[in-house]
Amino acid sequence: MKMDRFIYLDNAATTKTAPEVVEAMLPFFSGQFGNPSSVYGFGAANKDMISRQRETIARALKAKPFEIYFTAGGSESDNWALKAAAEAYAAKGRHIITSRIEHHAILHTCEYLEKQGFEVTYLDVDENGIVRLDELEAAIRPDTILISVMYANNEIGTIQPIREIGEIAKANDVLFHTDAVQAFGQIPIDVDECHVDMLSASGHKLNGPKGIGFLYIRKGVKIRSFVHGGAQERKRRAGTENVPGIVGLGTAVERAIRTMEERAVREKKLRDYLIGRIEKEIPYCRLNGDREKRLPNNVNFSFRFIEGESLLIMLDGKGICASSGSACTSGSLDPSHVLLAIGLPHEIAHGSLRMTLNEEVSEEELDYVVDTLKEIVSRLRQMSPLYEDFVKRGGAK
Amino acid sequence: MYSEKVMDHFQNPRNVGEIENASGMGTVGNAKCGDIMRIYLDIDENQIIRDVKFKTFGCGAAVATSSMATELVKGKSVQEAMQVTNKAVMEALDGLPPVKVHCSLLAEEAIHAALWDYAKKKGIQIEGLEKPKSDIHEGEEEDEEEY
Repeated sequence: MKMDRFIYLDNAATTKTAPEVVEAMLPFFSGQFGNPSSVYGFGAANKDMISRQRETIARALKAKPFEIYFTAGGSESDNWALKAAAEAYAAKGRHIITSRIEHHAILHTCEYLEKQGFEVTYLDVDENGIVRLDELEAAIRPDTILISVMYANNEIGTIQPIREIGEIAKANDVLFHTDAVQAFGQIPIDVDECHVDMLSASGHKLNGPKGIGFLYIRKGVKIRSFVHGGAQERKRRAGTENVPGIVGLGTAVERAIRTMEERAVREKKLRDYLIGRIEKEIPYCRLNGDREKRLPNNVNFSFRFIEGESLLIMLDGKGICASSGSACTSGSLDPSHVLLAIGLPHEIAHGSLRMTLNEEVSEEELDYVVDTLKEIVSRLRQMSPLYEDFVKRGGAK
Repeated sequence: MYSEKVMDHFQNPRNVGEIENASGMGTVGNAKCGDIMRIYLDIDENQIIRDVKFKTFGCGAAVATSSMATELVKGKSVQEAMQVTNKAVMEALDGLPPVKVHCSLLAEEAIHAALWDYAKKKGIQIEGLEKPKSDIHEGEEEDEEEY
């Protein structure tokens, strides 16, 4: 079967590295390959290059350059923030607060910390995936040392009330970490205004390269090194710097900030167009996540009576890349913890579809996506015993 | 991830549908776990499976194993259909990824459930056939050790 379409709608999974980012990185592989820690100019010049990227990233967050620490990506940043904060503040207390809808880089780290004797409170979210602030306040105890709540959710795109959470953390003298892997580069972030103490971000979610990210650590937050070795990153993250990666990340951040406003307007319009057409034309569907407090590029639907992996394979056959929260795509028997946390029954959570847009996708392509989706959903429903039962019960009028 | 045969049976599933007044019908699985299979059998007086149809809610492997299972039992005697094991279904599909093996178990279970229904209606016993469990996932939760 010849495929003439390729529509990539999985930008929350990863993004295309922008050509200008690749171009900025290339000189640092075979040309300016020197070790930034070297004394000679050929290597030391790369130290300056890294500093410039740190400044770019700091500006994007309204932070200071020395508060930015390069890592190998979002998962490392999350692991470092939680494990090191737990260790550093264990004398004060051993209680951590997070939410039920965090990325597994946070949730599995919390499980690990529980095995190490820490206690973790997992906050519930409302039906749109927003953390309840009253529950957060009620959860804080004298021995609470850290609150970690994601800036925006990777599956349903819900944006959390980060400033309010930061204010609560500050008022109670508790550290506040946010996993901003999905939000950074998509929406404006100001770490001071939101009282964020630590923030994780990743390069490949914003048209930068894979394998590079950073952790913002506010001045005065006393967490130790996670990777021991040389004196790189102010002795807090050893290892010869990933110079091409850092240059790529810096370039991608500069680009993301420069284009953010325009991109957000365009993507929101397309997002709402896609949501509108699906809601109008495909019966028995449900939009997951908040309609307003939502990332500009995120669309997440559940289609009743069908299963997500089947849907993805059929979409793939039509040249459309998307993702799902079904068990078969999560590698376990349970569907997405996020969809369960917002109250979806298992069988509806299995039939979810996430489409995350980018700046290149056009309305014409989205029309093709909806037309294709309509056909596939209908075909899968014709094969579904759940739909058969529903029809026999007189459900479909 | 999937073999060509699995993809073929997923994209062009054989024997999708329902049989009215079927000789036997069985539904197994659990919507909670993300897969449900229903098999309809039309069995003649010589205990030959004349026709078989299925409906499945589930992943690509679930659809493909249902489709293959229906092909393997069609035209066979009830006793022969009892020999269609999950292993036979998997082999006929050139294998399944390890996480999808339970789908083939479900297909075997669905055939057995439909045969059980047939035997019950006829008031007969089929050698080797046991009352099917409604949920094959029971007690199957894996607890992987991490870190």
